[in-house]
Amino acid sequence: MTDAKIKILVVEDDPDMMEQMKIYLESEKYEVISASTQKEAEPLIKPGAFQAAVLDLMMENPDSGFVLSHKIKQMDPKLPVIIVTSVTKETGFNFDKAHDPKSWIKADAIIHKELRFEQLKAELKRLMGEGPSHA
Amino acid sequence: MPDTKAETHELDVLIVDDEAGMRTGAERSLEGFTVPLEDFEETVSFKVRSAATGAEALAEIKKARPDIVLLDYKLPDMTGLDVLAEAEGSFFLTIMITAFASLEVAVTATKRGAFDFLAKPFTPEELRATIQKAARSVYLHRKAKRLEEEKRLVRFEFISVLAHELKSPLAAVEGYMHLMKERMKGPDLAAYDSMVDRSVVRIGGMRKLVMDLLDLTRLESGKKTRVLERVDLGKAAALAAEAVAERAAARNIKVELKVQAPALLNADAGELDMILSNLLTNAVKYNKQDGRVTLEISNPSPGSALIRCADTGIGMTPEEQAKLFGEFVRIKNEHTRAIDGSGLGLSILKKIAGLYSGGVKVSSTYGEGSVFEVTLKEPAAAV
Repeated sequence: MTDAKIKILVVEDDPDMMEQMKIYLESEKYEVISASTQKEAEPLIKPGAFQAAVLDLMMENPDSGFVLSHKIKQMDPKLPVIIVTSVTKETGFNFDKAHDPKSWIKADAIIHKELRFEQLKAELKRLMGEGPSHA
Repeated sequence: MPDTKAETHELDVLIVDDEAGMRTGAERSLEGFTVPLEDFEETVSFKVRSAATGAEALAEIKKARPDIVLLDYKLPDMTGLDVLAEAEGSFFLTIMITAFASLEVAVTATKRGAFDFLAKPFTPEELRATIQKAARSVYLHRKAKRLEEEKRLVRFEFISVLAHELKSPLAAVEGYMHLMKERMKGPDLAAYDSMVDRSVVRIGGMRKLVMDLLDLTRLESGKKTRVLERVDLGKAAALAAEAVAERAAARNIKVELKVQAPALLNADAGELDMILSNLLTNAVKYNKQDGRVTLEISNPSPGSALIRCADTGIGMTPEEQAKLFGEFVRIKNEHTRAIDGSGLGLSILKKIAGLYSGGVKVSSTYGEGSVFEVTLKEPAAAV
């Protein structure tokens, strides 16, 4: 088949993280649809617009990533969503305790911001089955 | 009627006396006795236990820590002081009951933590008055402990956020390093220029954060040596404006100074520079192409100064303004995304204004600009 690239919505407010994510994902033959705020991302959530989403947690609101994830899952519960965050226990804001992430956040994976891109790649492949077969 | 009364809490009182009459007398005096503590929005009542000997008292204390102990000095098996010494380490308020006013006993008992004395024989009223005082003290102690705990939490949060703020640029730079190491953009070195540039910018941001943090720490610890001198605010403003000139020119932003002479203030020149630089840097950073910054300085009365910095920048929504003065708060929206900052500038500004019994006010219209007003009063001359 010809290149019908898999589209990934990436929402990240740090311009450098966004740039790096783009470089890595594009090198994996994904197509990146980018937004830098929750507000910018919301109108992009449309059926068929993308096949997976990678969301920063804290943007203009401390829970922007959760809100976006919720909206995406409302649209398509099977669409893989990865939340990227640097919020951990040591930042004093532990969302795992307050809410069971699996129940209401509905993200398929939560990974840490100092992520190696291999980890992101692996998660995407895991969640999307085999990933881009022509890669 | 719904219950709108202050909450009632029970304090645990232990009476230690070998005279049975004393024990029942004290118990009866406290039965149904309540103390309203308006400032804590609580009313306390008392649950009374009793012990006839030192050993019994220690057993009771071990069973459950009382809040207040009424302790007779002369017990059959030991003295009240021995009880205090034995029970050392568990906190309760002690009221010593003594039949004779001995200074020596009083001093030793106070050393071991006795809070008050009650001379035998005492009336129920005297007992209640003493207990009331003790109850208040128990609550004050609890409040102090709570405040300390809150302070600890605030500090913890500060450090956590700081760690986060330092981690973000590190992650960005580290990411670029990996990209370069893996030659993700091919063998041509020029392809990596933007990555190097961005890394330099992020490291610069980190440096600024560390510097701001040091300023803030010095201000908070009071360790910064202040040199008060007659400062010409006009000159100080001109220097601060010069420092932002390049940044302003890059986006054709006009910086205008309107100084109402004499504009003098007894102040620390370094602190004033921090105020002026912070105001001007923000006004330029959060401005628009071809924008304008107007800094006005006047002396509304001798010994005070008003610094007003108005910009034609991106402005803030009321919600954003409400968050503005928190430590590490950076307003996040599509306009501020690419603007670097430590999130500490306004905290520093506010701290310094506080040193001059002044304050910082902001008014802003989203999309149109912001006005920051700093009022300063000369510190009282050193005597």
